[in-house]
Amino acid sequence: MIRFMHVSKEYARGGLALDDVSFHIAKGEFAFLTGPSGAGKSTILKLVYMEEFPTEGDVRVAGVHAGTIRRGEIAQLRRKLGVVFQDFRLLEERTAAQNIAFALEVTDAPRANIATKVSRLLTQVGLSSKANALPRELSGGEQQRVAIARALVNDPFVLIADEPTGNLDDRATRGVFQLLRDINAAGTAVLMATHNLELVRRSDYRVIEINRGQLVYDSAEAAADAAVDRSTPA
Amino acid sequence: MRLTLRETLLAFRRAPLLSALSVMTIAFSLFSLGLFVLVAVNIRDALQQVEERVEIRAYVADGTPVEALAAALGDIGSFPEVARADGISQEEALERARAELGEFRDVFDAAFLPASIEVRLKPGFRDPETVGAVAARIRTYPFVDDVRFGEEWVRKLYNIRNLATAAGIILGVAFAAVAIIIIGATIRMAVLARGREISIMRLVGATDGFIRRPFLLEGLAKGVLGGILALALTYFAHSLISRTLVATRFFDERIILAGVAFGALIGLLGSAVSVGRHLRRV
Repeated sequence: MIRFMHVSKEYARGGLALDDVSFHIAKGEFAFLTGPSGAGKSTILKLVYMEEFPTEGDVRVAGVHAGTIRRGEIAQLRRKLGVVFQDFRLLEERTAAQNIAFALEVTDAPRANIATKVSRLLTQVGLSSKANALPRELSGGEQQRVAIARALVNDPFVLIADEPTGNLDDRATRGVFQLLRDINAAGTAVLMATHNLELVRRSDYRVIEINRGQLVYDSAEAAADAAVDRSTPA
Repeated sequence: MRLTLRETLLAFRRAPLLSALSVMTIAFSLFSLGLFVLVAVNIRDALQQVEERVEIRAYVADGTPVEALAAALGDIGSFPEVARADGISQEEALERARAELGEFRDVFDAAFLPASIEVRLKPGFRDPETVGAVAARIRTYPFVDDVRFGEEWVRKLYNIRNLATAAGIILGVAFAAVAIIIIGATIRMAVLARGREISIMRLVGATDGFIRRPFLLEGLAKGVLGGILALALTYFAHSLISRTLVATRFFDERIILAGVAFGALIGLLGSAVSVGRHLRRV
């Protein structure tokens, strides 16, 4: 599903961000990406949704290789994955429902289904009563739920979350995390970067830890026989 | 397409000040270009009027048979460069001289003024070389005494015309370049103001073409609006000048259409360049 093979990433001005990182996320899996700020978590996520490309090694997502993907295919790939951020990235002048509909409209979704789909998603994230609220009228937790609903519009196979609870209080954090668990339980893989160790400890999901651009711990590898894991096809 | 249209209208509604500002900027850059073109067109008109007066006059020897003169007139009239050739008899010459000279009308008698052939040239054949060549050909008729065409004057006129054309092209290109740069910067500002929107569109998987479309339409609309506004301003300036200073001619439909089309084109190009750059960067 998502496979990193000896990936190194060097930014022109930022130096080496990732150094020989390899891992594989299976279909429907939930994995945490942890590590201190600047360790390379966001870089890994950017490589997954192909905003950045590896300097060395290969990234393979849903069968496409970062090395050979054409610019036009990136848009198609992104429709198959959902991305949420710490800062929500909602359009301020559009309502919750419009923000979600926007993602459908700009991907040429059939217009007839948009309203139904938006209201179903709002219900799924528990915001059916806030459809017409602007982002500034919503709490942080609610805004992140809108962002998650938007990320789910095209039924992605994986939800990529970059510190989704970074700006939220404990209660909102628990709510958003539960939502991500529910989404995962319904079959969508989740790759979540976080440095909220409390969340990580409380659940028994896979943990991939990055430090200074290197993969220093992978709970999946620690548990299983490393050799067997590496031979598993993507 | 409907979505593109809606997004474009939304862009205008959400940022009315920025949109108005870009339309005004486009309008004023095109206005300065328009004023320049207005001046250029009127100078060209004035020069054309002067040019129409370029003529060759061949003086005919006394006693030339009427038939020979008529044959020569037909001959000269069929030269490719010649618009018309008229015979002026001694009597007619006297009439004209009297009309032109007013109080000195009595100093002439008919015999004093020779008959002549008056030749006007077609547009495009009024440069010194052609005028000289036609004059030389007319001079070969045996009954032609003398040929005059104000050589010095034709040469000067021609130089002025060339100078005006060259200055027109250089200044016109400069004005157009300034307009394009300013409009490009304006549209770039509009694109930057919506950088967040663009990055979100890319994130959720909108294609580059899709992202570009509303911006292109917006640029096009701004260009057309700016062009129309510039025309209105130019027209206002024109009527002001015509009323107070000197009567001028306004643009014909062709130039009006070309002006609006030019506005549309740079609006479109400006946004295409700005969005393209932005898309590569985000």
